[in-house]
Amino acid sequence: MTTAPKPKYKVIGTRPIRHDGADKVTGRAKYGADIKLSGMLYAAMLRSPHAHANIKKIDTSKAEKLPGVRAVVTSKDIPEQGDRIVELGEGAVNMRHLASNVLAREKVNYRGHAVAAVAADNIHIAEEACKLIEVEYEVLAPVMDVIEAMKPGALVINPDVKDENGKPTNVAKTFCFEKGDVAKGFAAADVVIEKEFRTATVHQGYIEPHNATVHWNNDGKVTVWMSTQGTFSARQQTAELHRIPISDVKVIPMEIGGGFGGKISVYLPPVAAALSKKTGKPVKLVMDRAAVFEATGPTPGSVMKVKIGAKKDGSLVAGEAWVAFEAGGYPGSPIGMGCMCVFACYDIPNAKVDGFDVCVNRPRTNAYRAPGSTQVAFAVESIIDEICEKLKLDPIEFRLKNGSQEGTRRVDGPVFPRIGMKETVQAIKDSDHWRQPLNGKNRGRGVATGFWFNCGLKSAASATVNPDGTVSLLEGSTDIGGSRTAIAMQLAETLGIKAEEVKPSVVDTDSVGYTDVTGGSRVTFATGIAAIEAGKDIINQLKERAAIIWECDAGQVRYEDGSVHGPKGVSLTFKQLADKLHHTGGAVIGRGTSSEATQGGAFGTHAVDVEVDPETGKVTILRYTVAQDAGTAIHPSYVEGQFTGGAVQGIGWALNEEYWYDTNGTMRNSTYLDYRIPTCYDLPKIETIIVEVPDPQHPFGVRGVGEVPIVPPPAAIANAIHQAIGVRMTELPMSPPRVMKAILSK
Amino acid sequence: MAKKRVVTTKINGDTVEFLCEPRQTLLEVLRNTLDLTGAKEGCSNGNCGACTVLMNGRPVDSCLVLGVEAEGAEIKTIEGVACGTHLDEVQSAFLENAALQCGICTPGFIMQTEALLAENASPTEEQIRFYLAGNLCRCTGYDKIVQAVQSAATKRQSGCGTTACCH
Repeated sequence: MTTAPKPKYKVIGTRPIRHDGADKVTGRAKYGADIKLSGMLYAAMLRSPHAHANIKKIDTSKAEKLPGVRAVVTSKDIPEQGDRIVELGEGAVNMRHLASNVLAREKVNYRGHAVAAVAADNIHIAEEACKLIEVEYEVLAPVMDVIEAMKPGALVINPDVKDENGKPTNVAKTFCFEKGDVAKGFAAADVVIEKEFRTATVHQGYIEPHNATVHWNNDGKVTVWMSTQGTFSARQQTAELHRIPISDVKVIPMEIGGGFGGKISVYLPPVAAALSKKTGKPVKLVMDRAAVFEATGPTPGSVMKVKIGAKKDGSLVAGEAWVAFEAGGYPGSPIGMGCMCVFACYDIPNAKVDGFDVCVNRPRTNAYRAPGSTQVAFAVESIIDEICEKLKLDPIEFRLKNGSQEGTRRVDGPVFPRIGMKETVQAIKDSDHWRQPLNGKNRGRGVATGFWFNCGLKSAASATVNPDGTVSLLEGSTDIGGSRTAIAMQLAETLGIKAEEVKPSVVDTDSVGYTDVTGGSRVTFATGIAAIEAGKDIINQLKERAAIIWECDAGQVRYEDGSVHGPKGVSLTFKQLADKLHHTGGAVIGRGTSSEATQGGAFGTHAVDVEVDPETGKVTILRYTVAQDAGTAIHPSYVEGQFTGGAVQGIGWALNEEYWYDTNGTMRNSTYLDYRIPTCYDLPKIETIIVEVPDPQHPFGVRGVGEVPIVPPPAAIANAIHQAIGVRMTELPMSPPRVMKAILSK
Repeated sequence: MAKKRVVTTKINGDTVEFLCEPRQTLLEVLRNTLDLTGAKEGCSNGNCGACTVLMNGRPVDSCLVLGVEAEGAEIKTIEGVACGTHLDEVQSAFLENAALQCGICTPGFIMQTEALLAENASPTEEQIRFYLAGNLCRCTGYDKIVQAVQSAATKRQSGCGTTACCH
């Protein structure tokens, strides 16, 4: 393990112990479900047993009479929203749909849809009371399949979702991106491959279930303790749903046990708030695992038809994609982003993408690392592999020839700035993995590349200099994977002090400026910039303080290597000056904000060796290597951690994760035993190569790294399976039954 | 509702008496009655291992043990692993190897690792992966956890751990 800093930097590139480390290995770190307030009530939720039904009547009277029950709420306790679209951090949201998702109004749109909630003296009484709530349902046929849902005459799930003629439809949104002349492009192609692909609905699978504890105080002020990817987004959603001013809601971030995109939308805080409003007491509401699977997450299953054409010399000439994503019970799948990612890895002169956001009776879908990109990469990267096979081209050389680079225009319009797509391909080409031959029967090697935009958005930070020469850093980005330390390191680098001398805290919505969600691979980039800005602000103030001490002009003071230097060679270290601040005007507080529309974009290329058991169809991963452009790796250990963690999630998506529904629309595998995520025994070591092509938009060149690593695995593994046994898998997951079926129909 | 029972146990070396309903799990008692919230509830049915504690030296999913079953047992939780202000070898190895991201599964992994190293002082990578397969982590991809366990084993064997006094 290298611990030496990069030549340019003192702190960046080192691997300090994370600031919250001791709390996390001793059990002291407080996650959302760990909170206990005096007088707190425990709540439970009644959920729909049906995938699709009208709610005729809800009778809560028996539940209310159970001793120990303090309040029961239904959708009547959340105000009517009307037709309002509100910008909520990671996209615009129809508030009526959000409210109905939180507590079902006229109908339930998926099995597990929340219908009512009970607050009681303990969780057991609350759960018993839920069983006493009588709901009269008019059961409707579930619409589970995207293609069925799109057919004219399909049962419409949301009557308020209409097409351009005002007719109700399940197709909530359509996208079309086009560049060049697709027909002409295909006419010039020597090889055209067209295939249809399907991917299953999958869940983010964070180990910590959703939770919220809310106190609606007598003065109308609402405090929320919860684990969330975005405190400000949770504040806004809770306030908007209850139609109270956002400043009346304070969200206190508890430690968060994983999110991956699934902990942005709110489910529980508005309900716990309604229960607290009725009882005057704090109310804690925590999901169980079945509810997490049935009612949160997942990321969309998809149907895709992709066609790509190339010339004999290996140059890509045209691409066409038709992509339909499951939106779930309400509109809002990441279809738009999926459409923008389809061809993003390649310079294709002529391309067209059509996308569809399709309501089905499954939980309303959400982001899952690089939302939408994994599905489309499975399709495109599989076809690229076929083209390489047809043209007898090396898949690495093909990518080096056709890969996107600075100046490439994406099908949706933007032109890439400096990016590191080809550098990641080159890194795989140069890797020990790629250079070692793979021998053995039923073994194959695959490669695939993935893209994610990476968001900029808004962040804020403030930092106070302590008399002992340390700095207390306040930021609003909830820390899911060690970002506190990555942000603190950037401030430390700016100030020329040690990482350990910065004390980072993730604080509540009253204590720091507006900060967008921990998502979009944006925190180390954007909150990092805010911390750097706060650092520069501190430096400017320190120069003024030094000028007071030295009785000179602030312009005569320079800041270098963690010290102020004045006229005639005088100087003070950061620590020495920190100790004098109380005598030169009091506290020095630096502040910083950032508001970048975008980042430069991130790419990763993965190589995998598999062995397929021809008797069972089981695919075993023999070797796996991730090469990804991190721009500049701030804390390499946590960069590697994102690479391996994302890759393993992608492996699970590729090989065995899926929602199994019966004909009634009931998920039959809503436990970790049956929805099986990879364990450490399923995997070999995941090798990592950090490629660094600095992003010029960040002072240190950071590119976010959290999302890209989930994108290539399904395609890379499919390509490896193809090489191993000669079958082309077009459906995820590539579980033993599907692989067997493909082998038998070869 | 059945009457509450008095249960006497030893938790992290101290004798502890608690009252619990027969239906309450050990995990619920630890978290809600005794405020030992280090054991986490991830699934409530023994699939994720986030609630792992040692019961009479053996790792158990505390969500699958009833509180009343703890009568007379010796329980060790994550709160009892460190010795005073010193982290033990496993805890420090998890930090040095960046073996956690969100950290929700970490207490369970550390308890399972303590049990592994008590059984087998120098496990192979295969043995580590097999022994920890009942603990789910969704963030790390497990590599750094495996490295941390290897490093903790080496440290403990060479006796250079910080908490030799506690073992």
